[in-house]
Amino acid sequence: MSDLVRLSAAELASALAAGDVSSVEVTRAHLDRIGAVDSAVHAFLHVDPVGALAQAAAADARRADDDDFPELLGVPVAVKDILTTKGLPTTAGSRILDGWAPPYDATVVTRLRKGGQPILGKTNMDEFAMGSSTEHSAFGPSHNPWDLDRIPGGSGGGSAAAVSAFEAPLAIGTDTGGSIRQPGAVTGTVGVKPTYGGVSRYGLIALASSLDQAGPVARTVLDAALLHDVIGGHDPLDSTSIDTQWPSMAAAARAGDVAGLRVGVVKELGGEGYQVGVQARFEETLTLLVDAGAELVEVSCPHFELALAAYYLILPSEASSNLAKFDAMRYGMRVAPEGVALPSAEEVMRATREAGFGDEVKRRIILGTFALSSGYYDAYYGQAQKVRTLISRDFEAAFAQADVLVSPTAPTTAFRIGEKVDDPLAMYLNDIATIPANLAGVPGMSLPSGLAREDGLPTGFQILAPALQDARLYAVGAALEAMLVDRWGGPLLDMAPELTVED
Amino acid sequence: MTGPGSPAQAVTSPITRDEVLRLAQLARIDLTDAELDHLAPQLAVIVESVAAVSSVAADDVPPSSHALPLQNVFREDETRPSLAPEEVLRGAPESEQQRFSVPRILGEDA
Repeated sequence: MSDLVRLSAAELASALAAGDVSSVEVTRAHLDRIGAVDSAVHAFLHVDPVGALAQAAAADARRADDDDFPELLGVPVAVKDILTTKGLPTTAGSRILDGWAPPYDATVVTRLRKGGQPILGKTNMDEFAMGSSTEHSAFGPSHNPWDLDRIPGGSGGGSAAAVSAFEAPLAIGTDTGGSIRQPGAVTGTVGVKPTYGGVSRYGLIALASSLDQAGPVARTVLDAALLHDVIGGHDPLDSTSIDTQWPSMAAAARAGDVAGLRVGVVKELGGEGYQVGVQARFEETLTLLVDAGAELVEVSCPHFELALAAYYLILPSEASSNLAKFDAMRYGMRVAPEGVALPSAEEVMRATREAGFGDEVKRRIILGTFALSSGYYDAYYGQAQKVRTLISRDFEAAFAQADVLVSPTAPTTAFRIGEKVDDPLAMYLNDIATIPANLAGVPGMSLPSGLAREDGLPTGFQILAPALQDARLYAVGAALEAMLVDRWGGPLLDMAPELTVED
Repeated sequence: MTGPGSPAQAVTSPITRDEVLRLAQLARIDLTDAELDHLAPQLAVIVESVAAVSSVAADDVPPSSHALPLQNVFREDETRPSLAPEEVLRGAPESEQQRFSVPRILGEDA
């Protein structure tokens, strides 16, 4: 493996700035790594070597011509396949979009291009981001680089696996109920869900519009912050984008400090239902925070116990509406029903959606159609929206007592591929600790907290901050990461097994 | 067919095989018999589980559709560049004369 792929994005940026290496060399090293390991990991649905190398050459030329360039100029990135990329396949992990190449870029992608970051390819995901394992991808699951028989989390398992397997230094994820943070936890990487409205959703194929947020996936807190600074900020093309001046996340990470910080431990997110080794690493991490001068406060958020139920009404309701656009008329797959001579548009629509959607998408569309149907609306969707208000109130009360809230990111380490794929409720429980942040719109980060003693697999530590206080996540996360890396004697990923490399 | 009921009735067991078929038709998804056998019991379990939202007394709680306050956003009504017709139609299953070509929408007698 080339040493270049082991470097963090910040280290690559320094090497590029010093002229020690070119973006073409860095990009080629990552493409080579993808060629060597991705048949085993399957992090990517599409790799774009020609485009990436051309963008890298352009970045090198720009650096030679101009003294004023973005910090990550020339540092390559992988993009989750739910964000549109002009001329590059975009499937959202679904058969129904197989072969589609969008005519426009998502704003996140536009910002990466403006920043001169070569796009290596599109990463695998659960179909339309519905899932916690990538097993619901129509194109086969991704594999966890720590143990190829296990899931890399989901829905953004491809992005997390790509950075964890050193196929990309950075990736973009999206998080509707934990799809950035939970994959981060189970692959030993860092993932951040920004404040709702912090990163534009323009060009993000909507799952649940009131919950979806794109964010950075990286191996270090500083790298995530650098990428957040590139993709974040107001976008007039997204009416829910917040029009404010954000502070530099990278500056917050570099200043990282926890002295005097009030850390709220959420009583309802931990203990029963959480794997022993996950809970143990969480508690050890709390001790580190205390040793560094933070103060622990126990906080209670009683309505979090209903968050999962509310989420699995709100999300399917929004999804059933958002996915109505896959109607076989303007783009994507069109399938004619069998044995019908002159099928109507509606018959074509039904046959196409039958053939184009997987089980989990069908389950959620039907569930959403149910929750919104007359007679059930008040008892299900209406009541879920009220629970959502109560969850936001729980957050307000908790943040009156604490600067940040913390919990384990996911209740377990990575489970085996196939273990939960046909048990929807067991699958949904993976997101129990991450969902409340989406319902309330607050930002959250997962960073590695160690390996569970019983299985040697990564565990994640979740930090939540009040809305708009994303910088606080980076300040706390970077300080904590420094203490953990010091304890481990190096980054956690140094302990991951070497992947077998194909020539 | 399971019809709409009061919330109290709805929480009992609204998801039958027939109801899943009806909902799938509303959502414009054909389901095979095998899929119905597979999905209907799973959906019944999920609905039973999410019905927990009814356990909280929330008559005086306002619903939230969004996490953060939203207000309508206006922009100037001015001409902006748009995609060329061939770019828009490139992903279409069928097109003719710079238009999306779709299956018949009306009944044959119409």
